[in-house]
Amino acid sequence: MDGNLNALTTVFTEFYYWVTVVFMFLIHVGFCMYEVGASRHRNHMHTLMKNVMVIPLVTVTFFFFGWWIYWAFPDFPFFGGLNHEAGNANLPWSETMGTNLSDRITGVFWAAFLLFSWTAASIVSGAVIERIRSSALWVHAVLIGSVWWIIDAAWGWHYAGWMVKYLGYHDAYASGVIHAIAGGYALGVIMVLGPRIGKFAKDGTPRDIPPHNPWMLTIGIFLIYTGFWGFYAACNVPAISPEAIGGQITGTTWTATNIYLAPTSLSAITFNFLMSLSGGLMAAYVVSRGDAFWTFSGGLAGVITASAGNDLYHPIQAMLVAAVGVVIVYNLHYWVERRFKLDDAVGAVAVHGYAGVVGLVISGFMLWGVPASPFEGYASINPVGQTVGALIMFFGLGFIPAWCVAKMQAAAGVLRIPEEVELQGLDYAEHHAYEDAKAEIIEADKAHLAAAATPAE
Amino acid sequence: MSTIGYESWAVDLAEVGAIYPFQGSEVLMTILGVIFWVGWHRIQFVREGKHLEEARRAGDPDKVRELLEKY
Repeated sequence: MDGNLNALTTVFTEFYYWVTVVFMFLIHVGFCMYEVGASRHRNHMHTLMKNVMVIPLVTVTFFFFGWWIYWAFPDFPFFGGLNHEAGNANLPWSETMGTNLSDRITGVFWAAFLLFSWTAASIVSGAVIERIRSSALWVHAVLIGSVWWIIDAAWGWHYAGWMVKYLGYHDAYASGVIHAIAGGYALGVIMVLGPRIGKFAKDGTPRDIPPHNPWMLTIGIFLIYTGFWGFYAACNVPAISPEAIGGQITGTTWTATNIYLAPTSLSAITFNFLMSLSGGLMAAYVVSRGDAFWTFSGGLAGVITASAGNDLYHPIQAMLVAAVGVVIVYNLHYWVERRFKLDDAVGAVAVHGYAGVVGLVISGFMLWGVPASPFEGYASINPVGQTVGALIMFFGLGFIPAWCVAKMQAAAGVLRIPEEVELQGLDYAEHHAYEDAKAEIIEADKAHLAAAATPAE
Repeated sequence: MSTIGYESWAVDLAEVGAIYPFQGSEVLMTILGVIFWVGWHRIQFVREGKHLEEARRAGDPDKVRELLEKY
């Protein structure tokens, strides 16, 4: 770090990303609370454990190869080979992947991306509760968290990704690169996995399976909102000079940028996060006729819909885009549920997947002709590029890989839990152990009390 | 043509102001936003009134007594 300004900028940037990572941890806490609240009493511990173990499994695999994929794959395989120079600096045995006084950014930047990986995996985890084997879900978690989403990030969420260069793909706060892909992935898994027992009547009418604890869901989704706010900050570069960007921007004025190094501001995304959250909540309240859980989820779906363009939208545009998205997403969810008999236990495919796709398509029109990058020769943002991008995210990297892997797991008999276990509950054995332990310790205490009691004289 | 008025970022940021799409339509956007907000209240008022009217006739007296006991 040469000079005071460089030192300050580096330490500020390091601290900035560190703070966003801590905030984003709340997303995972929220997902855990939401899933447990939505599950029935007999499945609590397994539901919780299934999502908690996403954390270490995705973390270690993201360290081993996920982070390398991001730097090596921007052109690979369609428009060039692997970028070995950038990739090698991010291999697990690289000097920059450890304590290193000449590089203070890699660790926090890696962690910010890692938290996105947890989120992608956790979105899938919610859709499949109460009937998937944990072992099967954990394979999917590694695949979506450390392979598929990070490939999409290299292609469409990297300043030099081929989707950005040739399609003008623009997805500032990850409508597609996190939410559309994770929703598509969840759809691929539940299509093979099948619904929970009792979800559909014999005539195909879907039944509601109400959450056992509405308050856990409420607090869970509020924590997700909070973490999502941190996620927005994590998607920005907080302060950078035109010289450091190295693109077409002239002059000496520093700026915050989006992930593509194009200008935006923290103030802009604060406006737009809150206005899109509000638009989503209001529209969801109306369209769901005041259903509490759809209203809360609608707030999230609103933010997700507006996220692709929330670096540039006017706040009122963010609000209206969110509202339109939520109406589409809500109706699409119930249409798909009735038409295809799919059981998405927490509405993850709709809230993340459909909202992400709709948000990308809308942003193609709203931001038509806007430069996607500060570098020369890149395509500008356009509806075709955004729509193709949405399809790549939802189907190409989400639905298709998930469906194929789930099919293989189903063929091997390792996807779904046995019917008897589903009925008695995944926690059946733990509940028995708990009751036995309780009875044993009560008996022991009683015996101790009886032995210690002094007879009255 | 670009909806934000810039077709490339070959600009000096010191000379750049607003970069949101459809600049010049702020008043129209505000009117649309206010219509959305007021419309929301209208829909909510009507629906809640209807719901409360239905709800006042829906209660079974025995069940209501049970609910009062439950606190």
